[in-house]
Amino acid sequence: MTIQELKKTANQVRKNIITEVFYAKAGHPGGSLSSAEIYTYLYMEEMNVDPENPKDPDRDRFVLSKGHTCPGLYGVMAEKGYFDREELKTFRHLGSRLQGHPSMHCLPGIDMSSGSLGQGISCAVGMALAAKLQNKNYRVYTLIGDGEIEEGQVWEASLFAGAKKLDNLCVIVDNNNLQIDGTLEEVNNPYPIDKKFEAFNFHVINVEDGHDFTQLASAFAEARATKGMPTVIICQTLKGKGISFMENKAAWHGKAPNAEEYEAAMEELERIDETL
Amino acid sequence: MSDVKKIATREAYGKTLAELGAEMQGLVVLDCDLAGATKTSEFRKVYPDRHIDCGIAESNMMSIAAGLAAAGMVPFASTFAMFAAGRAFEQIRNSIGYPHLNVKIGATHAGISVGEDGASHQCLEDLALMRTIPGMVVMCPADDTEARKAVKAAAKYEGPVYIRFGRAPVPVVFDEDYDFRIGKGRVIREGKDVSIIATGLCVASALEAAEMLNRDGIDAEVINICTIKPLDEELIVKSAAKTGKVVTAEEHNIIGGLGSAVAECLVEKCPTKMYRIGMRDKFGESGSAEELIHKYMLDGEGIYKQVKAFVEGN
Repeated sequence: MTIQELKKTANQVRKNIITEVFYAKAGHPGGSLSSAEIYTYLYMEEMNVDPENPKDPDRDRFVLSKGHTCPGLYGVMAEKGYFDREELKTFRHLGSRLQGHPSMHCLPGIDMSSGSLGQGISCAVGMALAAKLQNKNYRVYTLIGDGEIEEGQVWEASLFAGAKKLDNLCVIVDNNNLQIDGTLEEVNNPYPIDKKFEAFNFHVINVEDGHDFTQLASAFAEARATKGMPTVIICQTLKGKGISFMENKAAWHGKAPNAEEYEAAMEELERIDETL
Repeated sequence: MSDVKKIATREAYGKTLAELGAEMQGLVVLDCDLAGATKTSEFRKVYPDRHIDCGIAESNMMSIAAGLAAAGMVPFASTFAMFAAGRAFEQIRNSIGYPHLNVKIGATHAGISVGEDGASHQCLEDLALMRTIPGMVVMCPADDTEARKAVKAAAKYEGPVYIRFGRAPVPVVFDEDYDFRIGKGRVIREGKDVSIIATGLCVASALEAAEMLNRDGIDAEVINICTIKPLDEELIVKSAAKTGKVVTAEEHNIIGGLGSAVAECLVEKCPTKMYRIGMRDKFGESGSAEELIHKYMLDGEGIYKQVKAFVEGN
């Protein structure tokens, strides 16, 4: 895809996110919106995945460790062709394949059930280890939250990945700097994040603007070229990005828009779309 | 029973994994810095590349095992029962149980027979915790023979399995021709006055108790239950209907383990007078395995006394 097409897709992913949480009357828009470009780049450019063959043993894997931001994941999967956009409206409803947190048995294309913070990254590490043991060339990507790294298991997983030199593993941190109770610094300051991963024997890439596809492209290329150690890409992002009244507000971590807010959000995204 | 051959069930774990390694290329063994104690070192000797030491990080190991299983491998995640079922409960529940992944959990050093290490390491809650996870198979082998067969059966079974092993040597009860099946219990002594339903090291004790009861004119039936879940309800109901009195015996808290599983079954299908032998909602303590099993009345004599009191209505 061209940068222009990627931008258009990310904007559509944002529309999908807003639609999902609006129809669900629940869900997590803030951290889904902050990752829209990351999801888009992974699924449209970076990963070797095929919606027609979601169980291909040689496919790249994606584990959404911050499982609550699955509106973004479902949003991009619909664009990739895993299912019809219309199904997004069933998110969180009884009987839906789009569970409140991803379930691998409900929806083909979900590589791991997740949602309990800290566990997804370990599962991704297990998959990367499996590739090494089976002499396979697939890569494993996992998206974790910046609040999530307060979970000790993230560091158990990182220690292991560094120690076992899993260079087929790429961890992405969505560094939007907000968690439920406030800013990261206010809650339990995890900074400096890059120095911590460095100390755990990761190759560290800082992306100043996690919404800029040029920067993302260069970071993922660098990760792919890195041998002998796992890579972490720390993306500075804006929570709620794209919807002015949601941007940088912790309150929109886990809240659905009402009808009026939904209309306003969709209009805003339409306007952005026209500029692209 | 001093002339009886005694082997710790954990020995079977390591040996059987090493045997299975040849036929199952996808079998991979994980441990948390306890390979010598859990006996996975036996597997490591033969297949060093497929033995992954995760270091002292049990929660991470369980989720890594889930990732390996999701990628098509058959991981055996090994550590002490306390740190498997206890510390890593939520990882087992969410990373393994919820996606129903093909992970085998080998939990050694369960129960008070851990001995001298004391209560912090004597897991008496694992059967209860593992039993509550939908789709989890929970096994507690009684001896070396059953432990070897249980590990083989688990390796071939598709889905999550928890297997409990002990540190202390226990008498060998079963012959090599024992036809082991997941989910099937076995009557190992027929009787008509009371059913003693036992698991793990309490099986040998129950057999000993039955002989002592026989001398007092009480004809006890002894049933071995290796698979706590799914429970062999048919066998249990049949025996309960015959004897009208049921005693369970386990090296576990009487809350949540075999006793609870049997009670749940009988209260719905064949209400029967029952008594649960086990740790009576207490933590363990330091001491030799033998001393502790005696003190907490899980040896032949202890089970004999408790069954006799129950049958005689005291």
